[in-house]
Amino acid sequence: MNALTPFDRPNSYIGRSVPRPNAKRLLAGRGRYVTDIVLPRMLHVAYVRSPYAHARIVSIDAQAAREMPGVRLVATGEDLAKLCTPWVGTMEHFKGMKSPPQLPLPIDKVVWSGQAVVAIVADTRALAEDAAEVVSIEFDELPAVIDIDAAREPGAALISPGLGSNLCFHGKIDTGGIDDVFAGAAYVVEEEFHFGRHTAVTLEPRAIIADYDASERQLTVHHATQTPYQFQDIYARHYGIPESRVRVIAPDIGGSFGMKLHMYHEDMAVVGLSMMLGRPVKYVADRIESFVSDIHARDHRVRARMAADADGNILAMDVEDVTGIGAFSAYPRTSVVEGNQVYRLMGAPYTFRNYRADLQVVFQNKVQMSQYRAVGHPIACTVTERLVDMIADKTAQDVFDIRSQNAIPDDGYPCTSPTGYQFEALSHHACLARLREMMDYDGLRAEQAELRIRGIHRGIGIATFVEITNPGPAFYGVGGARISSQDGAVIKITPTGDVHCLISVTELGQGTETIIGQIVAEHLGIDRDRIKVITGDTETTPYGGATYACRGAGIGGETALQAAKKLKANVLAVAAAILQDEPDRLDIHSGWIVDAATAQPRIELSEIARIAYFRSDTLPPGTQAQLSVTHHYAPQGYPFAFTNGVQACHLELDVETGLVKILKLWVVEDCGRVINPLLVDEQIRGGVVQGLGAAFFEECVYGDNGQLTNGSLADYLVPMAVEMPDIEIGHVETPTLDTQLGAKGVGEAGTAAASAAALNAINDAMKPFGSTVAQVPMTPARILKALGHI
Amino acid sequence: MKARAFSYARPSTVMEALEAFEGCGEDASYIAGGQSLVPALALRLQAPQLLIDIAHIDALRGVELQGDWLRIGALVRHCEVLSDPLIRQYAPLYSEAAPHVAHPAIRNKGTLGGSLSHADPASEFPAVTLALGAELEIANRQGTRRVAADDFFIDLFQTAIEPGELLVAIHVPVVRPGHRWAFHELARRRGDFALVGCGILAEFADDAVENIRIAFFSVGSTPLRARQVEKSLVGKRLDQAAIAAAQALVGDDLDPPDDEQVPPAMKRHLARVLLGRLLGQIARQGS
Amino acid sequence: MSELVNVTMTVNGNDVSHNIAPRHTLADFLRQTLELTGTHTGCEMGVCGACLVVLDGRVVHSCLTFAVQASGSTIETVEGLTERAVIADLQEAFHQRNALQCGFCTPGMLMTAYSLLEQPGVPSREVIRDALSGNYCRCTGYEAIVDAIEKVARDRAAVAHASAPEEVLG
Ligand SMILES: Cc1cc2nc3c(=O)[nH]c(=O)nc-3n(C[C@H](O)[C@H](O)[C@H](O)COP(=O)(O)OP(=O)(O)OC[C@H]3O[C@@H](n4cnc5c(N)ncnc54)[C@H](O)[C@@H]3O)c2cc1C
Ligand code: FES
Ligand code: FES
Repeated sequence: MNALTPFDRPNSYIGRSVPRPNAKRLLAGRGRYVTDIVLPRMLHVAYVRSPYAHARIVSIDAQAAREMPGVRLVATGEDLAKLCTPWVGTMEHFKGMKSPPQLPLPIDKVVWSGQAVVAIVADTRALAEDAAEVVSIEFDELPAVIDIDAAREPGAALISPGLGSNLCFHGKIDTGGIDDVFAGAAYVVEEEFHFGRHTAVTLEPRAIIADYDASERQLTVHHATQTPYQFQDIYARHYGIPESRVRVIAPDIGGSFGMKLHMYHEDMAVVGLSMMLGRPVKYVADRIESFVSDIHARDHRVRARMAADADGNILAMDVEDVTGIGAFSAYPRTSVVEGNQVYRLMGAPYTFRNYRADLQVVFQNKVQMSQYRAVGHPIACTVTERLVDMIADKTAQDVFDIRSQNAIPDDGYPCTSPTGYQFEALSHHACLARLREMMDYDGLRAEQAELRIRGIHRGIGIATFVEITNPGPAFYGVGGARISSQDGAVIKITPTGDVHCLISVTELGQGTETIIGQIVAEHLGIDRDRIKVITGDTETTPYGGATYACRGAGIGGETALQAAKKLKANVLAVAAAILQDEPDRLDIHSGWIVDAATAQPRIELSEIARIAYFRSDTLPPGTQAQLSVTHHYAPQGYPFAFTNGVQACHLELDVETGLVKILKLWVVEDCGRVINPLLVDEQIRGGVVQGLGAAFFEECVYGDNGQLTNGSLADYLVPMAVEMPDIEIGHVETPTLDTQLGAKGVGEAGTAAASAAALNAINDAMKPFGSTVAQVPMTPARILKALGHI
Repeated sequence: MKARAFSYARPSTVMEALEAFEGCGEDASYIAGGQSLVPALALRLQAPQLLIDIAHIDALRGVELQGDWLRIGALVRHCEVLSDPLIRQYAPLYSEAAPHVAHPAIRNKGTLGGSLSHADPASEFPAVTLALGAELEIANRQGTRRVAADDFFIDLFQTAIEPGELLVAIHVPVVRPGHRWAFHELARRRGDFALVGCGILAEFADDAVENIRIAFFSVGSTPLRARQVEKSLVGKRLDQAAIAAAQALVGDDLDPPDDEQVPPAMKRHLARVLLGRLLGQIARQGS
Repeated sequence: MSELVNVTMTVNGNDVSHNIAPRHTLADFLRQTLELTGTHTGCEMGVCGACLVVLDGRVVHSCLTFAVQASGSTIETVEGLTERAVIADLQEAFHQRNALQCGFCTPGMLMTAYSLLEQPGVPSREVIRDALSGNYCRCTGYEAIVDAIEKVARDRAAVAHASAPEEVLG
């Protein structure tokens, strides 16, 4: 850890590993999560859920529940529909996309097993659960639409008959002449890939407390979410409450990863329940409910081909992706974004120009599918990187060599991918070279050969990736979604010369508040510990996009930087007036106004603040000190800031049992300017482990009737400490020139390629047996099947 | 996930516990460590009127050598099984299995008696109990009786313990010179219930198998002895041929349930692999 | 059937006595009745380790114990260990190493680390990972947690073995 030394330039925090000031509270058990919050007269809700994946609701008898001890309200879909307008999860830029309207609780039919049908509000959660047990609902079971192929067949049962089919969206990309390219290629490889559904499993489940005060028409929602402004907008619009009277507070949040930015029916219902009761109502999804109501992710079947010439130069890709998203498209971000990123990110690291892809997004009677960390990336990366390895096999090339040969040259930017993505500057070759050296690739290959003779089967897998970060309005705004791509900051100097920074990006443990503090401290010129960063409250922080799609550092950070510069100019103007000097001859170091040329201290910032706030009479006439600034920043220039990197996985496969020991993982990553290496590396590690979870363990398993068969933390396997490897990380820094800060995002890089590297490593380990696998998670059963043991 | 309401009793003798059970019309559950029962209550899979906390009954505690038998009280916790010197010396198969049972904090609370009474077919200790040929001491209001492990595990989560009866202690014939043993399991993650596991206790004479008890778990509705395999090995030296022959037989001894995730063929395959490895280990103990 | 029962125990050094429903888990009792919200619940079925507390000297899941069962016991939570400053070095190491992100798993991790480091010797990374086998963390990927615990184990051992205070400083 490189602690600050007196020899450093004052306040040079950007690029430094500094620990997170706000973590101390969490370490002392003093975090305040929504699950911890208790409001006066607060009630608790439990839901009666559908046991069927698809059924008509014939009748609901809740009389016995109403009479149970402690019950304050029993509400159905009809009750809530009187208060809440329906929502539709579509965006205009996905042409032709369809989705049915949704309500907090269903009125006439249920569309997935586990869907909440009746809400019971009682004095305690236990009493609400007691009452939920005595609600009787008569269902008329309908055929469940589960399989993505059967769902698209003519005559298939329709989940939303009004839409005419079970197809949510059909997209195509075609650069033309693909069939000819494949026909003329020296090598063609193809594979059918399966990506299991998995889910976020944040350690703190979803939690929300809605508190409606009818006397003021004020709704206050404590909501464990990463996007409070988005929910302020949604609650205001759908419940008809003026936006100024809706306050959403996101306190400490026990993990999110994209899962806590979608509209959930139970959460929406809680707002209505509080309005009906005029009391705070709390809902905490228990873990069993989480599995059947949190968004799931992935669930893709991809058939893909890759063509190469005789020298292993990749010529083209041809891709067909079918993805199942549940019974409707999620709101407000839709469930098409993942598929869209899958088919646009395919082949992104490479130079080939010929590309054809077909994307079908299909409704089915399962839990809704939508954005979760690294949206689409792992799928595009796995498909591409496996096919690249297959070409390497054909041409007898080394896996590093084929990538070096095909990756876009580091001096080949700016350029545009065949799918239309604009790359400002990436560094695949620098990353590959760095990785090769870091992992001692040649040494590992030699060891692998030697161990194979002794019956020990190790595998090495490489995966190059491109990540989408810093999205501009092209991501959601153009589609009509009221999701901001800009951020806002207010920075103010207190009378003692401390600084408050209120900013719209939110803290989820990734360290937003820390890096914002670093940036403001450096650009204002004060010590980091004099800054308090405040996030997560729509009533106090300026409007902004908050946290999604790796935008906190790049967009939020740039907002803070520009705001800090603006404030610094204001401070120097006042200082110049007091000191009878020119502002541009002054600077700020460690809370002192100094002579810019000599760094000689002139006056302390606290003294400026004291004068400005308490003795403005002593300021020169006409001077109005502006010691607070508000500043907004919206990304311009490139629609996204793409980042890149490469991962390697080293593992040992027990070829008799199908069990895998992951030995080590390496990541070389280029997220532009690194603001805090300590935090960046931990983002990557956490992301890698989520990717390895998907590669080996995590899968929401459904039976034919649409029942989730492993919906508990005992049955759904998450990655744990013993099975996870140490992860070594290297950096290449290619700052974006779109911003002064130069930072891009890093939150999804780890997840983007870990499963691809792992899949390539398993296939490498199985090579002596001629076996292959193209499905994640790679369970022992699937590996044993591939090896022909079962 | 909140349990349904219940009343609570905390007896301090076996008789008080048995009476409490009878006194509430048998709609009661004993709770020892609670590590299996509490999740079942939280999920409302079980909802007794009365919870009888047996954790404070001294007669159910302790590990004691009684002649050729080791008596292990039903309340002996997994963590004690792991560390107890008498168990390590006289019933070492338990000590070897213990690190595979769940995680440290669960081992700090879960009891051996609870594990055996619960009789999860994927649990380690029931299979070890079977391999060791232990006897289980069960108390009811008439007195106590001892049931051989072979007669104890009846079906899925079902044992020879009748409703209201209490498992008091486990009696294990102590290991002697000439005994060899091995335990292992294949699990996807540390502490998970195993895909397949196996405990073996063998008695050798002149490097040939005289007696052998092989107990698999996670391969049927109860822990299962691989009786054909055992028979095939008696009188044999554990050479490669004998091991291979034993492996060929093991599939028939098992009765894995249909499960798409872990199909029966996979369980049988893994059992074969595991058996081969464990027998190899036992063979090497002789050299 | 659901009458309240008296529960008396020592929690973080304080004697507490409350009448509660027997179905109240120790986790809910600590969090709701005593407002000790440092103990978290992530699964309520013994799988995630967020709810670990020290009960009569051993780390156990407070979600898998009813408060009535713990009547008469001595309990320590993260708040108590923090006040007694017995995990100050662990907390500092977690902080410096950034061994937490959202922090929801952290109290449970600290409990496991606390009990692991009560045992003699310096545990290997494998042993540390093994001890953490019941502690789920979705954010960190575990390595930083292992690093932090390893560092404290080494530091404690160094202090224990140092014969003179000057060597400790060196
Ligand atoms: C996350 C998790 C992982 C686990 N992993 C494993 C694992 O890998 N392997 C494994 O074997 N176990 C595992 N377990 C279960 C654990 O080992 C339990 O502790 C054990 O099965 C039950 O012991 P207990 O004392 O907690 O019993 P309890 O939960 O108190 O009781 C279980 C049942 O036995 C009855 N009972 C208990 N004691 C007696 C008695 N003396 N006489 C009559 N009836 C009695 C009870 O009425 C109840 O029906 C796991 C548990 C959890 C929560
Ligand atoms: S809440 Fe107790 S282990 Fe998860
Ligand atoms: S830090 Fe979030 S779960 Fe561990």
